[in-house]
Amino acid sequence: MYDVVIIGGGPAGLSAALGAKKKGCSNILIIERSEKLGGILNQCIHNGFGLHTFKEELTGPEYAYRYIKMVEKEEIPFLLNTTVLSISPHSVTYINEEEGVRTIETKAIVLAMGCRERPRGALNIPGDRPSGIFSAGTAQYLTNIEGKMPGKRVVILGSGDIGLIMARRMTLEGAKVLAVVELMPYSSGLKRNIVQCLDDFSIPLLLSHTVTKIEGRKRVERITVSAVDEKRKPIPGTEITYDADTLLLSVGLLPENELSRKAGITLSPVTGGPIVDNSFQTDSDGIFACGNVLHVHDLVDYVSNEAEKAGESAALYALSDRKPSKKKIPVSVFGLARYTVPEMIDEDTKEDTTIRFRVSNVKKDGKITVRVNGEEVISKKKRIMAPGEMETLIIPKRILEKYEIIESIEVGTED
Amino acid sequence: MDYDAVVIGGGVIGSAIVRYLSLYDMKTLLVEKEEDISSGTTKANSGIVHAGYDPEPDTLKAKLNVKGAKMIREESEKLHFDYKVNGAMVVSFSPDDDYKIDELYERGIKNGVEDMEILSGDEARKIEPNLSENVTKCLYLKSSAIVCPFSLTQALAENAYENGAEFKFNTKVENIERIDGGYRVITDTSSSITTRTVINAAGVYGDAINNMVSEKKIHITARRGSYMLFDNETKGMFNSTIFQLPSSKGKGVLVTPTVHGNLMIGPNSVSIPDKDDTSTTAFDLDYISKEALKTSPYIPFRKVITSFSGIRAHEDSGDFIVGEAEDAPGFFNAAGIESPGLSSSLAIGEMVAKMVADRLEKNKKENPILERKAPPRPREMSIDERNKLIKANPTYGKIVCRCEEISEGEIIDAITRPLGARSLDGIKRRVRAGMGRCQGGFCSPKVMELIEKYASIPFDEINKNSLGSNITMEDK
Amino acid sequence: MERFELTCIGCPLGCLMTVEKNGDEINVKGNTCLNGERYAKEEVTAPKRILTQSVRVRDGVDKMCSVKTSAPIPKDMIIKASETIREKTVDAPIEIGKIIISNICDTGVDVIATREVRKKA
Repeated sequence: MYDVVIIGGGPAGLSAALGAKKKGCSNILIIERSEKLGGILNQCIHNGFGLHTFKEELTGPEYAYRYIKMVEKEEIPFLLNTTVLSISPHSVTYINEEEGVRTIETKAIVLAMGCRERPRGALNIPGDRPSGIFSAGTAQYLTNIEGKMPGKRVVILGSGDIGLIMARRMTLEGAKVLAVVELMPYSSGLKRNIVQCLDDFSIPLLLSHTVTKIEGRKRVERITVSAVDEKRKPIPGTEITYDADTLLLSVGLLPENELSRKAGITLSPVTGGPIVDNSFQTDSDGIFACGNVLHVHDLVDYVSNEAEKAGESAALYALSDRKPSKKKIPVSVFGLARYTVPEMIDEDTKEDTTIRFRVSNVKKDGKITVRVNGEEVISKKKRIMAPGEMETLIIPKRILEKYEIIESIEVGTED
Repeated sequence: MDYDAVVIGGGVIGSAIVRYLSLYDMKTLLVEKEEDISSGTTKANSGIVHAGYDPEPDTLKAKLNVKGAKMIREESEKLHFDYKVNGAMVVSFSPDDDYKIDELYERGIKNGVEDMEILSGDEARKIEPNLSENVTKCLYLKSSAIVCPFSLTQALAENAYENGAEFKFNTKVENIERIDGGYRVITDTSSSITTRTVINAAGVYGDAINNMVSEKKIHITARRGSYMLFDNETKGMFNSTIFQLPSSKGKGVLVTPTVHGNLMIGPNSVSIPDKDDTSTTAFDLDYISKEALKTSPYIPFRKVITSFSGIRAHEDSGDFIVGEAEDAPGFFNAAGIESPGLSSSLAIGEMVAKMVADRLEKNKKENPILERKAPPRPREMSIDERNKLIKANPTYGKIVCRCEEISEGEIIDAITRPLGARSLDGIKRRVRAGMGRCQGGFCSPKVMELIEKYASIPFDEINKNSLGSNITMEDK
Repeated sequence: MERFELTCIGCPLGCLMTVEKNGDEINVKGNTCLNGERYAKEEVTAPKRILTQSVRVRDGVDKMCSVKTSAPIPKDMIIKASETIREKTVDAPIEIGKIIISNICDTGVDVIATREVRKKA
């Protein structure tokens, strides 16, 4: 019987394991499907990781290395090349070459499977179906791990950070990036990436544009992009056609919750991740979730921070008989806030609660407001909020303690 | 003569023909212009084994459909391809059209279709709760089935191979010349092939092949149909295949589970001048979406994982053309094979093989191999069986395609079996790696490493499908 | 006098700044905060970047080893340096932090490994 089994050995899983260990768990297991720990960080060879956690700027592999070393130092066991087939409360079934299919018992489970990219099908771009269409992450793997060149003349659809990073990466490997095309009137990528990945190399960013045609029978030969109107519909007559051999798609990330879904865990229709309380427990007893499987984060530092908390909660759950109270107060949103994580707060919580959320549109000079029973308890000015950035605020426990009965908690934005 | 029979085209029809030919005592070759079997019409169609209610009675389509559907059911037990009797419904949406359901029922009786029933809209919704409220009447075809076209074609081709048939890929027929006692087939590869008989199973190019030899010209129009495939989260939304009432344009847009359970909708039908134009257009996708919504308002378009188009060979006569060309002895056509071509494939294969054997006065082999051993499917096994398999060969315990839970061992099988895969699409068609929700995002580099290792093809020369559809460009 | 237009990278606000440079005198307009001014001054005097890339590995369990410049290098050296790094092949084993190329393009900065690569068994 394990105390805590962690599914996924990326930044969330590693940090959750350390959190569980810190709280005194000795019987922990990390299950990782690929051949090494570190998850997607292994292929994110660019810098910009760790400013919050380590107060220095690291590359993805360096950030992962530090966590892997900590896990090794704590002697936390892990399985590699091992895929989890199914979970249920207190048991995990996995498969690998050495053990075949095996089911293990555990007191708590932490879901840390990360996210995946939205594929072309989800976009329904009309046209031919040649080779040369990659998700940005696949192109990143081919370039950085396999050492192969996905293409020479590249159009990138989507200006999220992975798309921007790949624009620079392909350029540094000798490819010509013809344009980065963004459907929205703003980029969801960091300003820093727009400047250092596009402007530095004079790569045009076409806002309010989308790919409207892919041509080429065998390999991509031409990509046509069009401007879009306010309803994001292409405007005829605005077509620009590029002689490109490659189209990279960086059109969004989706939490990878197939295991959670099969286990009957309730998922949020907004985030695609499990609905959790402030201890990161899902609605399935003893199953916790953290990192990008819970909601897509902007910075890995926040993933590590959140996952450590989730690991601690899982450990407390595994080690004590005290189960969290069943009384949970739902957190609702207003204004531009799209969702919050956690979605519920335990009425008896003894700790400050960190709330993370994202906004649906760019907002300048607004406020983040928290209301308890309809009464404003926190109001924080914010110079800028953007969909690409995660907002974080803390509701101190002293605020909640003031109320005899809490009926509602609302988090949102105001002018 | 190099061969007794040369089959042109490695789709389901060519593969069925070569499979039945291989049961005879003769030397047979199949030539295919692409890198793999199932590369034309076979790679993108509805995968329905029609019960046979639709074709005009007394046409070849009607006869071969009903017969072929039965043969597919029987052979699925021996050749072990993915096949499932799931039933089908033809639905009408207005009391004014309900008489057409009765007409189809009558037609079905004439065509020899068994297990038909007429249901009210409510009765139909009891079986398929996601059907539209507007369905007023339904012809329920319990014998209708679904088949994986790749799996069927692979089973046929593999079995033919085991019975001694030969295959040449990346070989395009450029001309056919009549020679003494047979034909010389000239291809785009250096050597030409001599053969006593030629069988034309060239799909949308069936007219070009026929017209090289016969003065009795045929004309094939390529009709394109688009589809949308959904995430396997849609499993169980529909168990039966749902057709709308047929029109002059064909059987219309259907809503069906694939043999793997996930939802698929399509096709429309557009005549196209360029026979290789399998592109999708916004107009077509919009059309099939709207049509499918008539059948069910609950279709979850957010869960589309891919859209694609297939082409069908429509001959001007409207019926299949199967048989020896009048003015070209030893030249046989299986042309104009559009729907219900997949359903009819085995009947066509058997029929053509018999014609060829009669012409050459060849007998059946004494002990042909009639059973094909399918590669292991670990995810469909019991845990004990699966563990036994992994113990014997650990690669079945290493999952490469996480969306469809495909192991390394299965991918190695797909490469190393007879007529093994040489391209990413070849792997996808055989074992579904890359067919799931991430569409190969995670597994394609891993699959390419396995192709590099087991098929000895350098990484940069691995194609998506045809020659020239390379994935990576060259070392950085 | 030189004039530059810059987007600040400090935060999502992304202020559009106009910088006027007259010898040693630098004038920044359009910024909202002091971070913006500091960034603008550096960008117009000596813009620098960390370069990250990967090099081919011989006899390693991994085919590639990721690398970075140990300090920022002048922006106009990036392409030249990337071409040098692209040509490089290194033998496994590689320790994290190992110098892969020293003093790249005479910048005085080394290129170092950002992961370890073990030797193939």
